[in-house]
Amino acid sequence: MIESDDFVKSLEDIGFDFFTGVPDSNLGGIIATLMERRLYTPAVREDEAVAMAAGAYMAGKTPVVLMQNSGLGTCLNTLLSLNLIYQQPCLLIVSWRGFQGKDAPEHLIMGQTMTQLLDAVRIPHRTLSEQTAGDDLKWTAETFMKQRIPLALLLKKGVVRGIQP
Amino acid sequence: MRPEEGTIQSRARAIGAVLELLTDQPVIICNGFPSREACKQADRPTHFYMIGSMGVAPAIGLGVALSKPAKKVVVLDGDGNVLMGMGTLATVGALKPKNFLHVVLDNEVYGSTGNQPTFSRVVRLEQVAKAAGYVHVERVREREDLVYELKQMLAKDGPSMLLVKVTEQAEDVDRVPLDPREITRRFMKAIE
Repeated sequence: MIESDDFVKSLEDIGFDFFTGVPDSNLGGIIATLMERRLYTPAVREDEAVAMAAGAYMAGKTPVVLMQNSGLGTCLNTLLSLNLIYQQPCLLIVSWRGFQGKDAPEHLIMGQTMTQLLDAVRIPHRTLSEQTAGDDLKWTAETFMKQRIPLALLLKKGVVRGIQP
Repeated sequence: MRPEEGTIQSRARAIGAVLELLTDQPVIICNGFPSREACKQADRPTHFYMIGSMGVAPAIGLGVALSKPAKKVVVLDGDGNVLMGMGTLATVGALKPKNFLHVVLDNEVYGSTGNQPTFSRVVRLEQVAKAAGYVHVERVREREDLVYELKQMLAKDGPSMLLVKVTEQAEDVDRVPLDPREITRRFMKAIE
């Protein structure tokens, strides 16, 4: 398991310096680390978070938005009609609830269809794993710089340490 | 003048009055007629014209304001937009960026889609902002009151909301003629 402290440090090492989002239990450890270090700006909805990231990007920051995959549904229009067409990149760190059908009912359809949804709207994505974390972050930095659009790093449960071990 | 009295002006006239008082402040303008009317009257590289993503103009402004604390960031918004993204009033009120100025042009209708009524006829949006934690809120009608209050708010620490009641009248204006990618590039350079 990746320690959330190490994960946040590697994001900072590749230049990310503005963090916002809406919490999820899988992201609890990362958000706790960000809050402890006063790096996190909470949002109330995911569309607000990606729009805040757009503003921060235009003001010189390199933004990250954390969310549960249900939030992808909430912010879809903002991603399509703001971030994508205006070329305002941000890294979406999306927790993969409903992975392989093992979750509460409300997560199952999004859990099954999330990667197809991202493909359909042409948001590049990759799933983080402990074994490939170095390459995953390299891909993140390169895609951000090259494509200048939002991209998603998907996080399954237990890949980065949560609040409770 | 009490805010419920006095002569109401058109949104385009109110936008003109606001832009006359601004110089090099970053301005985020919501989708629909506000962006189109602002672009036609006084296009500046410091303007960010939002063409889609209804409801998130203050969220974009908040991202700019938090990242550039030395610049006063102005958001030109509409009543339908505020109602759609009302949660952001809480985010602004809680984070309290001093450099955030929210101007709401309230015509009580969805003007770009055929003037269907909004709830701002009965919901006082500046009072919602006040309850959410905005430091200064005012509601005006007359052009001279707008100018007076906006000058005050530009000089004071915020976050502030100036709600301007305007008529339903829309100017005969084209869509914003700029490519969205160009709007981003030019805005970034202008506020560097």
